[in-house]
Amino acid sequence: MAATYGQRLTEENMHAEMLILRFPKKIVDQPIIYRLVKDYDLEFNLLKANITPQREGIIVMELKGHPKNFRQGLRYLKDAGVQVKRMAGEVRRNEERCYQCGTCTALCPTGALWIKRPEMEVCFEAEKCSACELCVSICPARAMEVRLNRQAV
Amino acid sequence: MPNYQVNKTYQEINEKIKQGRVVVVTAEEIIDIVRRQGEVAAARQVDVVTTGTFSPMCSSGAFLNFGHTSPPIKAARAWINNVPAYAGLAAVDLYLGATEPSADDPLNKVYPGEFKYGGGHVISDLVAGKSVHLVVEAYGTDCYPNKRVEMKLTLNKMVNAVLLNPRNCYQNYNCAVNLSHRTLYTYMGPLRPRAGNANYCTAGQLSPLFNDPYYRTIGIGTRIFLGGGVGYVCFPGTQHHPGRPRGENGVPMAPAATLMVIGDLKTMSPRYLVGVSLLGYGCSLCVGLGIPIPLLNEEMARACAVTDDELFAPLVDYGGDESGGAGRTLGHVSYAQLKSGTIILGGQEVPTVPLSSLVRAREIAHLLKNWIQTGQFFLTEPVQCLPTTE
Repeated sequence: MAATYGQRLTEENMHAEMLILRFPKKIVDQPIIYRLVKDYDLEFNLLKANITPQREGIIVMELKGHPKNFRQGLRYLKDAGVQVKRMAGEVRRNEERCYQCGTCTALCPTGALWIKRPEMEVCFEAEKCSACELCVSICPARAMEVRLNRQAV
Repeated sequence: MPNYQVNKTYQEINEKIKQGRVVVVTAEEIIDIVRRQGEVAAARQVDVVTTGTFSPMCSSGAFLNFGHTSPPIKAARAWINNVPAYAGLAAVDLYLGATEPSADDPLNKVYPGEFKYGGGHVISDLVAGKSVHLVVEAYGTDCYPNKRVEMKLTLNKMVNAVLLNPRNCYQNYNCAVNLSHRTLYTYMGPLRPRAGNANYCTAGQLSPLFNDPYYRTIGIGTRIFLGGGVGYVCFPGTQHHPGRPRGENGVPMAPAATLMVIGDLKTMSPRYLVGVSLLGYGCSLCVGLGIPIPLLNEEMARACAVTDDELFAPLVDYGGDESGGAGRTLGHVSYAQLKSGTIILGGQEVPTVPLSSLVRAREIAHLLKNWIQTGQFFLTEPVQCLPTTE
């Protein structure tokens, strides 16, 4: 195991991504997330989990850590038989419908929706989105289209 | 009458528009010109300042005449895309209000309600050229025997479609916070508990009535940009309260003047009339509105040069009152503070949230500027200016 421990992780050198993990039924009983933390020094933040013993499981989570650890952790997941899909790109803003007010920034918990000043343009960074879906019903124009990656699910 | 160094008339400015010599800038662009050259030189150089605003304006709606049917009907009840329209007018005239929810909307039964489709959305669909489904019921008379009509209808096929908004374009509005302990879903957007956010809904220095605080050039008959087309101010809006306290610069420190506006819906665009759903509150219509302000003299140049740090919104607690609704005024904050992203309230940093789109307000001011520069839009002198006293 070659996890990079002890290096100070600042927000700049940290890599974080929102992932959809699909567990085939033969591995749902294995402590895979535990190994990610223990062996690869990665932080995780669980958003959705649906794992039934003897059946398939799905986890939606944010994974965060040193970029090297992140890459190795991802390889471990794939080697273990977990199907990994990136959430980014699955969360969309309908640019035609969005009229750039900024109401969504009241509730967005991750800062994926933010206002560029002084222009007051409303920006959306899909990579930062945790798919909490708070913006979907709060957007007056209903411009936020947040869907799980159907291929993964 | 004060003695001005610059004295221009509407006729002179319109003559310049006709000749393509008119100088037009937006309410943001005039700020630097007045700062650099002074108000007299600015009033000499610039003829028209364009303003703009784009935000939900609930007191909006449209008169729609769907044309006589055969056999004829006197509408008693009507629905457009299942949204009820008011039919208590002559035979085939309807009024569709922006906040009317769909007839089968679950409203706030599942709180907070989503209000996915309502009158504002119908108006937006109509100007987008979409076909809508009209159902009309009647009790039947000797002259109007028909009791039920169903038809597909487009804006083009209507005899008349007139946007008439009883109260738009507020001169200033509250900045809303919530000091209670639960999230509130209001017409000012979601308000997180314990002052989690402060929501405001004005374009600030670009907003029309901030640039003509005493309505010297805005009144009945003023031609304006409305919903992407040409409209008119037809009267003071409902709840027009020009007597609200004013700052040293003359600008009201609370919601004050309002405008009743009118225009032909058939000339408007879905980019500047957008149906919206305000979570837990209801449906509404985002209206794009821009007013040209002629720089008749240096007083108008000074008024148009007003900046966000000289404009103040009342900070109102929407959670403090047992009976609900807007309650205590906690103080005032400048639009410069609001646009900076945070304000300080009781020693706590509170993030600010705009509900009004400054990006689109600016787009409207620039579009109107272009219309005037290219001779497509002429100014009108009001028949009567808006009242300045209650």
